[in-house]
Formats: sequence, structure tokens, C-alpha cells
Amino acid sequence: MDKILNKEPILKVSGITKHFGGIKALSDVSFDVHEGEILGIIGPNGSGKTTVVNCITGFVKKTSGHVFFRGKDISRKPPHKIADMGVARTFQIMRPYYSLPAYKNLVIPLFSPRSRRTGGWRGGGRLGDRNTVGIDILEEIGFERDSYVPYKLAATLPTGYLKRLELARCLALKPEIIICDEIFSGLSMSEIASMVPLIERLQMDGITLIMIEHRLRELFRVTDRIMVLNFGEKLMEGNPKTVMANEEVKAAYFGSQTVQEVMDHA
Amino acid sequence: MTLPSEQQRKERIDRGIKIRTDSIYAMMSYRELSYLALPRLILIVGMLIIPLVVPSMYWQRVFTISCIYALLAISFDFLAHYVGLVSLGGAFFVGIGGYLAAIANTSFGLPPWLTVPLATLIGGSLCTLLLLPCLPLRGVYFAIVSLMYPLFMARVIEALDILGGTDGIMGIDSFPNRWAEQYFLICILLLILFGARRLVNMDIGLVLRGVKDNDQAIRASGISVTFYKSVAVFLASAMGCMSGACLVHIYMWSGISLFALDFSIIPIAATVIGGSGTLVGPLLGCLILVPISELLRDFGTLRIVFYALILVAFIIFRSEGIMVYGQRKYHQFERWIKF
Repeated sequence: MDKILNKEPILKVSGITKHFGGIKALSDVSFDVHEGEILGIIGPNGSGKTTVVNCITGFVKKTSGHVFFRGKDISRKPPHKIADMGVARTFQIMRPYYSLPAYKNLVIPLFSPRSRRTGGWRGGGRLGDRNTVGIDILEEIGFERDSYVPYKLAATLPTGYLKRLELARCLALKPEIIICDEIFSGLSMSEIASMVPLIERLQMDGITLIMIEHRLRELFRVTDRIMVLNFGEKLMEGNPKTVMANEEVKAAYFGSQTVQEVMDHA
Repeated sequence: MTLPSEQQRKERIDRGIKIRTDSIYAMMSYRELSYLALPRLILIVGMLIIPLVVPSMYWQRVFTISCIYALLAISFDFLAHYVGLVSLGGAFFVGIGGYLAAIANTSFGLPPWLTVPLATLIGGSLCTLLLLPCLPLRGVYFAIVSLMYPLFMARVIEALDILGGTDGIMGIDSFPNRWAEQYFLICILLLILFGARRLVNMDIGLVLRGVKDNDQAIRASGISVTFYKSVAVFLASAMGCMSGACLVHIYMWSGISLFALDFSIIPIAATVIGGSGTLVGPLLGCLILVPISELLRDFGTLRIVFYALILVAFIIFRSEGIMVYGQRKYHQFERWIKF
């Protein structure tokens, strides 16, 4: 743990502020993400979690503040340039290409400049057959290769598969960071149970993850650091136990729910 | 015995041969191969024969003009259905391509076989450049702004009295003869049609379709939406410019009527009749609509009424379009089932 913290952070967010008209969505949020770790971001509804993701990935313009990726300022870059550098994201509301079959959904990210640069011949690069690479990635993420599922239209897939497809779209880019926006929400307990090992494997593969979650039990199983947002401000960060013990966090986040119950399961 | 309609419904099932011909097994027998080749051959051979069988030079000319409109209709269908840009700028493409070919021919003395490719490439780039600021727009907003361009260009030429003003540019070379003119257009049309059909299923075509489906995910995949939109606009406007360039060589005259809204509207009507998203449909739609509008000339101004009636009839009775209907009948059979 100490070894990780001593290194230069892979992603450094310093003082980002975002106003939507008169509404302060984020005010002066700063945090570091270190290579190989999983950072959890939690907070009540409307606390600005998704806005943080949108600000990092360039989908909304920040009012002020900077984001550094491997020491390079990416605050003013357009979204596709940021993704091209290796910062991939999933969307909270799934955004597959509904009119295409699942595996064709992956041909599109495999066609991106980043994939053609990093993929090589087998990885969907200049000469690679992107259809087979797409099916390979889908199998890795839990689509049964021999079933009809990878060939079905994305519009006909259930939520669990769509969430996996979102993650697969990120993996096709061979990213360095994946920002998962509520990847567990809307899934059944068994679907979540099969997603958790997937997340752990991504970490073992050396991918840094930022996870925004409402499902605290599952989140605490995989993360070692949590940041809490409330009304667009950073309340605190630290390991799950100390964060959850904090009175301010309890008041802001849990309301009536017993904190101890959650911690017992974590 | 017939059951009440609530308890019956129509079920559609793919024909066995359709499924067999979806993959490499299509090579199994002549029957499968001919199932695949027949519709395509009918189109190709039909197009090649039409100039030989039409009764008069007048109707040959009508067919040529139908081909011009068909090029525009394919370009409209490609942009609207596969990239999500509903463009009313057909007349703009025709005008730019037409004037470029006219200038290249009269001022620089280039022959038609050079002016057409030149007008296609330069015109396509020019149109793309001019439409670049509107590319962030989508749907009906892009349609309205792209409609502004042809109106604007016609007024500019009229007001500044440039490029021949309201008289237009005269004395443009024609194609060597009417056969060269017709078969050149037919070959170009078929090449573009089959090329476009292939393009939309290639990897780059999937990216374009992704832009229509969901441009945020394209951005999140590290792909520039503006770049691929402009690639698509270049392809579509190059088709439009090529049809414009051919048109001025056919009419041997280039004027502000090249910016007439017919070139924007008729392709859309043809796409509605033929079936949007099929690319072949718009071509068939033009081959039906343009001759009909010529036939109705005898009725004078009443022709618009008949024309509108035909369109309305199509929208009411075959709103999916001829080609979508035809494809369904060819690939599937229907039966009533109880439930």
C-alpha cells in the first residue's frame, strides 16, 4: 500500500468546480488515483459523482480546475482525445449501439485510432479481423461464445449483458484507467456476484479503476480507498472502515440505515 | 372457418433458403446461388436494357434525368439512414458540382471525362468544408440549416451577378453521344449503389452507423464524431456534385435553376416510396417518380395534385416502401396462427 502511494499518481484531479447555471454541481474537488488501485466514489443522489466522471473524461466542460493524466494536463481536451490516451468510461445509462449485434458493438471501438495503434495484428489492428477479436473480448467478459448471445441485437439483450457490453467496449480500447459509473446498479444479486471477480481480474491485469457505486457491500469487497461526495463537495477519503465510521458521512449518506449492518457484511 | 381477429395473428418466418444463403453455405448449390444473384441481376440487367427499349429519345432523356435524381436519392438515404444527418442540401450539391464542371469546361476547356471527376472531388471537398460548422447539429435542425445553403447560393449568384448571373453559363460541351451519356450514368449509378451497400457493412460503415445510433459512445471509444461525420458528408456531397456535373453536360447549360429545391425534395419523396435504408429503394423510387411527373405534364398545373395523391397513396398503403416490402416477401413467408 505504501509503495503505491509513494509513486506519482496516474490521475490527478485538482480543484475541479462545475456550475450548471446557478447550481453548484461540484466545488473544488481534488483527489489522486494511483496506478493499479481501485478507487471507490460514493455519495447520496445528486452529490456530483457522475459529474466528476464527466469532468474527467471531457464530456462536460469544467468551470475551473485541472485534471492531469500521467502528468499531462487533459482538462481542455475533447472526450475522444482523452479516451484515445487511455481513460475509458462506462455510462450509467447504458449506451450500446442498439441496431447492431453485440459483437459488432465492439468492432467500433476496435476501429478507433487507439486500438489500431495498440492492438497489433490480433488485437483488431490494421489487418486484424475485428469480428473475432470482438467475440474474444465478449467471451472474456462473460458472454458464452457458443451461445446465440454474442450474435443477438444489442436492443434485445438484458440489463446484465448490457452492463458487461459497456465494460467490454472499454476493454476493447486497452485502457489504462476505466471509470465505471454504477456498473452494479440494476443488476440482480447473482449478476453482481459474477461481476465482482471480473473487476478483481481487471485489477490483476494492471488496469486502474474508479468505481462509482451505490452497492456498498460489493464495492468494499474490491476497493481499498473510498472517497465520499456530498452536495458537490468532498467530505473525506480513506479506507472503507474509517470512512464509514465517520459521523459526517453517516449523516450525509445513510440517513436511517444502520452503518454497522453494512460494515458487518463488508 | 375464420376465427375472430383477436385470436389470430400473422407470423413471419424466414424462408429456409434465406437462412442457408446467409453464410458460406450459399456456395452449396446453384439454387442457393441464384437466390442470391437473381435480384441483383434483375436490377443490373434491367438498368442496362432500359435505354435500348424505351420508345423515344425524349423518354431516354427522362430516364437519364431519373438516374441523376437516383444518385441524389442514394446520397440522401446514405446520409439520413446510416449517419443520421437528414440533409435537404441536395440542390446545393448539384449546384456546386454543376457550376464547377461548367467553369472547368468553359474557362479551362477541359473535356467532360475530366470535368466530372474534378467537380466530384473538388465539389465534395468544398461542400464538406462549407457544411463543417453545421455538423454538431442533428435531425431536423441539420435539415433546416442544410436547406439554407442552396437558397443562399442562388441569391448570391443573382445579387452579385457572378458566374453568368441569372443567364447562367452557356456553351458547355455535351457528352460525345447519347449512348455514352446514358451508359456512363448507369455504370456510375450501379457502382455507387453497390459500393455504398458494401461500405455500410464494413467496419468504417459500422462506425458511421454508430454515429447515428449513439454519438456519445463513439466519443467514449476515442473516435472523433466530427471526423466521421465529415467523411460521410464528403461521400454524399461528392455523389451529389457528380450528378450536378453530369446534369450540366446533359443540358449544356448551367444556371441558378441547379439550386432549385426539386433536387432536395424529389430524392426524399423517392426514398419514402422506395423504402428508406435500403439504398436500392431510392433508386427504384426515382425510376417511378420522375417518369410519372413527366407523364403528368399534360395536366398542366393539376400535375402537382396528382403527384401529391400518388405520394399520399404510397404513404397510406405502403408506408414501409416498395423495397422493404419486396425484401420481406422475398425472404419470408407469412401464416396465420391461433393464440
